[in-house]
Amino acid sequence: MNSVPQRSKAELLLELADDELILGWRDSEWTGIAPFLEEDVAFSSIAQNEIGHARALYELAARDLGTDADALAFDRRPDEYRCAPLVQLRRLEWARTIARHWLYETADAVRIEALRSSEDAEVAGLAGKIGREETYHRLHAEMWIERLLAAPEGRARLEEALLELWPYALGVLEGGLREAFAGLVRERLPFSLPEVVAIPRDRHETELGELLEEMTIVRRSAPAGAQW
Amino acid sequence: MIYEVFRQERKGQPFVHGGSFHAPDQAFADAYAREFYARRQESVALWVVAREQILEIDEFPDEFDLKYRRVDGYSIKARLKEARERVGSTERARAEAAAVPPPERE
Repeated sequence: MNSVPQRSKAELLLELADDELILGWRDSEWTGIAPFLEEDVAFSSIAQNEIGHARALYELAARDLGTDADALAFDRRPDEYRCAPLVQLRRLEWARTIARHWLYETADAVRIEALRSSEDAEVAGLAGKIGREETYHRLHAEMWIERLLAAPEGRARLEEALLELWPYALGVLEGGLREAFAGLVRERLPFSLPEVVAIPRDRHETELGELLEEMTIVRRSAPAGAQW
Repeated sequence: MIYEVFRQERKGQPFVHGGSFHAPDQAFADAYAREFYARRQESVALWVVAREQILEIDEFPDEFDLKYRRVDGYSIKARLKEARERVGSTERARAEAAAVPPPERE
């Protein structure tokens, strides 16, 4: 099932790392204000995990590119980030957050599974490690989907959120992986999602610029090479 | 629904009450228990129990004041002291015996 389009190993790793870093940042925006305490802790922990995955991926990419993980995470120009528009969106509304979380985890599972059979042993090994942690993220997302679908209000709000996010979600993957992902999503839902044009990875939402501005503020204010 | 969590720190040790949290059902309880009590590898196992499933007993009538059934009914201080001295003397004897090198064996 190795239908990942041809791109360099570093490019592929950066796509993944940027997705994980930016989603981790977005998810962490709920810290302290999630709907209830237990979910606040759980969701913040998931956000931390995503950023941990980003770090491991940046470290691997950095070796190929002759730089370091922090430089890749914080020092690139906004137009150099390769994250999918799905993770860039700022939607501080719980149904949308859960819808994105579930769409992303489902897409990521397809991608990670494909990478586990990568010819590159380091990529395959890291994909295996990330996959084992993502299993819990998927369980978390799935229990929320089940819960929301169980009641009319939850179902209506989830449907509205999924309809909005669907073209973004399709843009996370390409080719055969995208088809596999779309199949999994459609199979799970009791309502149908339209055929739409995927929003491609090279499109940047205005929210990404704002996020990067905030995310890199400490890095930019400290002298180069500062140690903490 | 409130869930009570009992954690085991090391294999073979007893489970000790760790705290409680709210969760709508068992799937959520599973996820939250992991996040609250095991994400830093501080537990090797958890028991997660819906509070309503716990049989709580907190009334123990003793209308006739049967003091003689209780352990505080008589003093064991003197007997404890005696026992400690006895153990102390055997431990000393054991330590002295250990100080003598054991015969060499193949």
